[in-house]
Amino acid sequence: MPDQPHQGSCNGGTESAPTGTSRRSFLAGLLAAGTAAVGALLSIPLVRFTLHPVLAKTTEKSWSDVGPLTEFQNIDDPIKRLVTIEQRDGWRKTVGEKPVYVTKDTAGQLMVLSAVCTHLGCTVPWIEKEKKFICPCHIGIFAPDGKLLGGPPPRDMDRLETKIEGGVLKTQYKLFRQLTPNKEELA
Amino acid sequence: METKPDMSLRRSAFREWLDRRTGFDSLLHHALDEPIPGGAKLAYVFGSGLLFLFISQIITGVFLAMYYVPSADHAHTTVAYITKEVTAGSFLRSIHSYGSSAIIIVLLLHLIQTFVYGSYKGRRELLWLAGCVLLLLMIGMSFTGYLLPWDQKAYFATTVGTNIFSEIPWIGNALKRLLRGGTEMGTLTLSRFYVLHVFLIPAFIFLFVGIHVYLFRKAGAAGPISEDAVAPKMPAERFYPKQLVMDMGFAMLIIVALGVLAYFWPAELGPKADPSDTQFLPRPEWYYIPVFQYLKYWQGSTAVIGILIIPGILGALLVGLPFLDRSLERRPWKRPFSVGAFTAVLIALGMLGVISHRDDLRSPGVAAQLKTQHEEVERFMKAPFEPELSGGSLATANAGLADPNAAKGKTIYEKQQCNSCHGDDGKGTAAAPKLSGVGQKYDDQKLQVVLRSPTKQMALGGMESVDLNDEDMKALTAYLKSLK
Repeated sequence: MPDQPHQGSCNGGTESAPTGTSRRSFLAGLLAAGTAAVGALLSIPLVRFTLHPVLAKTTEKSWSDVGPLTEFQNIDDPIKRLVTIEQRDGWRKTVGEKPVYVTKDTAGQLMVLSAVCTHLGCTVPWIEKEKKFICPCHIGIFAPDGKLLGGPPPRDMDRLETKIEGGVLKTQYKLFRQLTPNKEELA
Repeated sequence: METKPDMSLRRSAFREWLDRRTGFDSLLHHALDEPIPGGAKLAYVFGSGLLFLFISQIITGVFLAMYYVPSADHAHTTVAYITKEVTAGSFLRSIHSYGSSAIIIVLLLHLIQTFVYGSYKGRRELLWLAGCVLLLLMIGMSFTGYLLPWDQKAYFATTVGTNIFSEIPWIGNALKRLLRGGTEMGTLTLSRFYVLHVFLIPAFIFLFVGIHVYLFRKAGAAGPISEDAVAPKMPAERFYPKQLVMDMGFAMLIIVALGVLAYFWPAELGPKADPSDTQFLPRPEWYYIPVFQYLKYWQGSTAVIGILIIPGILGALLVGLPFLDRSLERRPWKRPFSVGAFTAVLIALGMLGVISHRDDLRSPGVAAQLKTQHEEVERFMKAPFEPELSGGSLATANAGLADPNAAKGKTIYEKQQCNSCHGDDGKGTAAAPKLSGVGQKYDDQKLQVVLRSPTKQMALGGMESVDLNDEDMKALTAYLKSLK
C-alpha cells in the first residue's frame, strides 16, 4: 500500500513516516474489510435471486380433479376420465389433458389407473364386450382393476395416487417408465 | 515469533512478483495518490457516486436479464414473475428502477457542482464534452429501459416519446420508424430498445467513462473556486485516504437510500400494455415531467421551434460552454451571466414540473383517469402471479379447432381410439407415428383413401382400416388437417 515516502506538493507528509505508514495501512485494512463486508451483504439478494428456481418448493405436488365422488360410487366397470394437468416451467405453464380410468380394486376401493400401456405407451381402451382392458397395439390384456392378464406388457397398469377432498376425487398424474417390471416414475 | 517478519517478507515478495508482471502497485498508487488541490471535499463525491451507481445498474441489470425475455408476448409476464415470484426479485428490480432515478439526480448534482465551481475551465473542454456525451447516453438508458417492462405506462409513455422524434424536420419520420422497427410500436420496438439498453448504449458508456476519467486525471482536479484552473497553487492532498473515505461514505448513503426505498416501497408494475386502450393517459418518469409539460405549449406549426430550435440552442450552449466561456474566473458571483442563465433554466424546469403536477390535479377528468390508472396498478400488484399459457397447451390446441367440423373430428378420433396408438392430439407414441403435419402432406382425398384402406406398410404396423360414413370421415380429415 502507500508505504512510499510522500512527495510533491501533497501535505500528507507532515507526520513521521513509521507511524503514518502503520496508521494508513490500518485504515486501508479497515476500508478493505468494510468494503468486503458490505459487498458480501449486497450479494445476498443476488445469490437468492439466482438460486430461486433451484430452491423454490417444486415438491408441492399438483392434484388434478377427476370428478365428484358421487359419480363413481356405484360403478361396475372402469370409467374413462380426462384429467387436466398443469406443468409449471418458470413463468409459463403447460396445460394438458391425460386420460385415466376410475375403477375399483378387489376390495371395492376406488382407484385411478393411468391409461398409458406399460408396454410401449399406447393408450389402453376399455373393451366393454370383453370386460377387459385390451391394448390395440400389441394385445396387452388387463383386468378391470389393472392386473396384467396376458400379452407383452411387463407389469400391471399403473395405479395413480389419489385423495378425496371436499367430495371430489383427485389424482396426481404421473408418467412411468415403460417396459420395466417395476413401476419407475419419470421425472 | 520469528516467522512473522518472514511472512510479511514473503507477502511483499509476492506483491513484487505480481507488480513486475501487472504493474498493479503503480496503478494503485496512481489511482490513490491523485493530488487534490485545496484538499478533499464533500462537493467532489458526485463523480465517483455516478460510477458506483453505474456499476450497481450493471450488476442488477445482468441479474434481471436472467429472467427477462424481450418480446411483446413475454416481457410483461417475465417482469411480473421477477416482481411477484422470484426470491428478492422485487428488491433487485426496485434497486435497478430507483437506481436509474438516482443516476439522474446525482448526474444533475455533478453537473451543478461542475458548473458552479467553474471546474470546466482551463483546458477541460474535451473532459466537459465527454461528460455531455455521458449525460446524453444516460438519458438514452432511461428512455430505452422504461419500455422494457411492457406495462401500460411503459407502452404509452414510449409511444409519446418516440412520436416526438417525428417532429424533427426531414428525417423525423424515418428516425421514428427506425427506432420503432416499423410505423407502430410492437415487439420489434421492444427488441430494439432491449439491444440499445443492454448492449449498445452501455458499451458507449464504458468507452466514455474511460475517456472522461482519463481526461480528468490528465487535466487534474480543479480544486476550489479560488484555485487557478490551469496551474494549481494550493497545497494538494492525496485522494487516499480522506477523499476516498468521503466517496465511499456517499456510496454507502446511496446504497442505504436505495435499499430502504426498494424494501419498503418496491417499484410497481402495471397491467400489461393494451394498445387498444384509448383512455390511458401516459405520464413519463418524474425527471421527464418538466420536458413533457414544456412540449404541451408547442403544438401545430410552431412545434418545430419548441421541440427542435429552443432545445437545440440550449443544448449547443451547454455543450459549447467551455468554448464560449474562455475566462479563467471561477468564482460564481464573478460570472453572473452564465450562472444566472444556468440557474434560470433549472428553475424553469422545476416550475414546469410543478405546473404539470398542478394541472393534473386541477383537471377533474385527468385526475380521475390518473386515479383509475393508479388503482389498476395497485390491483395488478396485489393479484397473484399468473403464469403464461404455453403454446402446446390444451386451450391453445383447442383454439385451433375453431372449425366445428374439426372439433367433431377430434371426438371421432378419440372414439375410434386412434389416440391409442397415434397419441393424444396426434402427437404419436412408440407404437405409431405422429399425425401432426400429415394434413400438409396429403390432400383430403388421399387422406380418406389411406384411412379406408391403409397401405401395406401401414397395415404391417397395425393400422386398421377406418370404417366411417362420409360425413364423419370428412370431420376426421378436417381434424387431421388441423394438426400442425
